[in-house]
Amino acid sequence: MRPWSAILIPVVAGLAALLLSAIPLAFAGAPILPAYAQMVAGVFGSVFTATETLTRATPLIFTGLAAAIAFRARFWNIGGEGQLYLGALAAVWVGTGMIDGPPILMIPLVLAAGAVAGAVGLLGPALLKTRFGADEVVTSLLLNFIILIFVQMMLEGPFKDPMGLGWPQSEPILDSAALPALVDRMRLHAGFLIGIAAAFVAHAVLAYTVWGFRARAVGDNATAARHAGIGVRRTILGVAIASGACAGLAGVSEVAGLKGYLTSDLSPGFGYAGIVVAMLAGLSPIGVIAASLFVASVFVGADSMSRAMGVSSFLADLIVSMSLICMLVGGFFARFRLRLRAAPAP
Amino acid sequence: MTSLAPGPPVGPGTPAMPGPILAMRGMTKRFGPLLAADSIDLDLNQGEVLALLGENGAGKTTLMNMLFGEYTPDAGEVRIRDPSGNEEVLPPGQPQAAIAARIGMVHQHFTLAENLTVLDNILLGTEPPFSSRRSRRRARARLHRLMEASGLNASLDVRIRELSVGERQRIEILKALYREARILVLDEPTAVLTPQEADSLFGAVRELVREGLSVIFISHKLREVLAFSDRIMVLRHGRRMGEMPTSEADVGKIVRMMVGEEHAGVDRSPGEPSAPALVLEKVSVPSSRAQRALFEVSLTIHEAEILGIAGVAGNGQSTLAQIISGLLQPGEGSISIGGKNVRRLTPARALREGIGRIPEDRYQDGIVADMSVAENIVIERLDSPEIQRRGILRRAAIATHAEFLIDAHDIRCPGPHARTALLSGGNIQKLILARVLEAQPGIILANQPTRGLDVRAAGEVSRRLIAARDRGAGVLLISEDLDEVLALSDRILVMQGGRIAETKSRDRAVIGAMMTGGSVG
Ligand SMILES: Nc1ncnc2c1ncn2[C@@H]1O[C@H](COP(=O)(O)OP(=O)(O)OP(=O)(O)O)[C@@H](O)[C@H]1O
Ligand SMILES: [Mg+2]
Repeated sequence: MRPWSAILIPVVAGLAALLLSAIPLAFAGAPILPAYAQMVAGVFGSVFTATETLTRATPLIFTGLAAAIAFRARFWNIGGEGQLYLGALAAVWVGTGMIDGPPILMIPLVLAAGAVAGAVGLLGPALLKTRFGADEVVTSLLLNFIILIFVQMMLEGPFKDPMGLGWPQSEPILDSAALPALVDRMRLHAGFLIGIAAAFVAHAVLAYTVWGFRARAVGDNATAARHAGIGVRRTILGVAIASGACAGLAGVSEVAGLKGYLTSDLSPGFGYAGIVVAMLAGLSPIGVIAASLFVASVFVGADSMSRAMGVSSFLADLIVSMSLICMLVGGFFARFRLRLRAAPAP
Repeated sequence: MTSLAPGPPVGPGTPAMPGPILAMRGMTKRFGPLLAADSIDLDLNQGEVLALLGENGAGKTTLMNMLFGEYTPDAGEVRIRDPSGNEEVLPPGQPQAAIAARIGMVHQHFTLAENLTVLDNILLGTEPPFSSRRSRRRARARLHRLMEASGLNASLDVRIRELSVGERQRIEILKALYREARILVLDEPTAVLTPQEADSLFGAVRELVREGLSVIFISHKLREVLAFSDRIMVLRHGRRMGEMPTSEADVGKIVRMMVGEEHAGVDRSPGEPSAPALVLEKVSVPSSRAQRALFEVSLTIHEAEILGIAGVAGNGQSTLAQIISGLLQPGEGSISIGGKNVRRLTPARALREGIGRIPEDRYQDGIVADMSVAENIVIERLDSPEIQRRGILRRAAIATHAEFLIDAHDIRCPGPHARTALLSGGNIQKLILARVLEAQPGIILANQPTRGLDVRAAGEVSRRLIAARDRGAGVLLISEDLDEVLALSDRILVMQGGRIAETKSRDRAVIGAMMTGGSVG
């Protein structure tokens, strides 16, 4: 039942989103079938489009993992977006000339800096929860806006590129700190592989380590976990650190792998989309890889369609959000079904 | 008296119409390799109380879930006869059909929504979500009539969260009656009730039976089965072993049918208490929403003794257990273990000090239902080198260990990797016992250790507690079952109103009086 619906629901939700999207498409005056054909071509059409899709999926893998890990322990980290920006900021802080060395040193260094920054970004909400019982949904969400303003401030101030013609952007990442490209002349970069590796590591940690055992126990029944001598607060703090670090890596990967410098519009909401990715994946780290690819295809396909058909790019956003809503609803039903079957078990 | 919905009043055991009103034939249910129900037949007559007995995991709940359409049987059919005498076959796997056929079910574990009011819970599923004020008023009036007729009283506007288990049990029954149940299924209705609550519940149900209701009830408490049922049916390993009229039954007969052997009573040689193992000195806790107060409770558990605490539930036993489990820090007083004072007793500290804890609420405190049987077995020993090496779980060793305990404690389950939620109630309790006793704790807190266990398993637990004592463990036994306390304890304390007093008496009447506040000084 479960593996079936885990595959079926996203597929059905995706199709439903495409059907619904036909309505605004028709309003915009675009021929519907060619538009969709263009969309498919935009995802799978060529080496270029295929690598573009993987590139788009990369930050989603990281933010999806961030959400999946936290949600497994019932810690609702909604602040992936903010942690992503903190990770990116840390990457440009150490990666734009503060120090220099060979890539073998510099790349791990920017990754570590970004992970630490992301973790620190979630530590606040985690401490507020474990110390005072403050709802992390609220604190981590609000922190997103504060962090974004902080990043803008930094980009106007100390981090501003003096050569940037007055634009609020950081200096470019050093070549030695940049994540190498994977395919010649394409944008796909090593961040994708790091993301895949991170997903497998997360899976192994959750399934095979004491740390993962504790996180799952706390998530499934915190009362029983406490009774069994598991430090619930400590576990939540640990989960928050891991989750924040993953989201921070998303920022590093975007800056050091794709853009090369930091601006305040680095992420079109990857942090939030990560939540959808995680839900779609049934909170499984391996599932996050598949879900990221799926969501990225929708992003890229809609984008390419809007360009080719001459409909406003605003329409692409509309289709993307519609897909997300459909998937969210589908995911909700998947979870609802699961509960319903689990309930009469006694 | 207002007549209840169910048909014409008929005395128990004297069916108005020939033939049963419910006939289940060849009911079969498989869970993977496990045959949980193996072509079981069951008949129920109008106005009859049928007791369904059997060991833990015998398939009682499974059979009733098939009746109520919550499980789809692999084979078999359910026939219902309506008041006008027409027979109909219930479509399998459809709870709505069962409700429409006026079958009501009270589950082994409650299914009420905690944050809704009593009225909302009763109306849930019968009324449209936005019912008019008038229909709510009508519902209210009908419920008041029902309560009056049945003696099941409840205030309709409090939230479920604020009710005791006994009150919740009554709401569950009211809910079934509100849906005009003619057949009421009660799955271990008294497992979590005090004897007083159980008596009042049975009084109410008796009243309803006199009005024509037919009842199937599941219980492990043979005393109430003998007092309350008309007929007894026994299941074993998913098969129907036989049945008899209650008038011809006695405990020995039932147990033989249930477990296929004579029930060996627990014999207890007196213990030889030595040094104090756990001492509580004037421990006080203020009352709050979450717990009852304790007033200067002092007690000493010696090595090699079973100290029993008798008392009506809700007199501070849970608070005392929480303190010893490390879940609650007392406001005042001191705790010492093995002669040294312990400042802050946490669950982890309690485990390190060798306190094994059998919690009262096994679903909330005892297990993580979504994790596997093996994981639940090792959850208290995650730091042990047998369980992990440098933070990596030793999965093979864990599975082997779990298999060993599943065997040794006769935990009926598909295997070590099964989700714990799928185990029957009694088998979950066995899992917790296995986990606790396996660690060979020096002190054992046994809070309602045999709740929900069948006679044989309960006897086994008693024997294991005595064995632990003989090994030198100090056991604190908290139980509502006075017989159990009397049978096992070397010393007896009575708890009443948050205070504790020792008694030398072994007289049920004397202890009973102390429990209800007669002479605790
Ligand atoms: N949904 C399920 N999936 C797998 N196995 C199940 C499921 N429900 C019940 N079982 C198994 O079927 C067997 C019978 O369970 P059931 O709950 O009917 O026992 P019971 O007679 O009610 O026992 P108890 O007295 O302990 O409540 C048990 O071994 C249980 O583990
Ligand atoms: Mg049962």
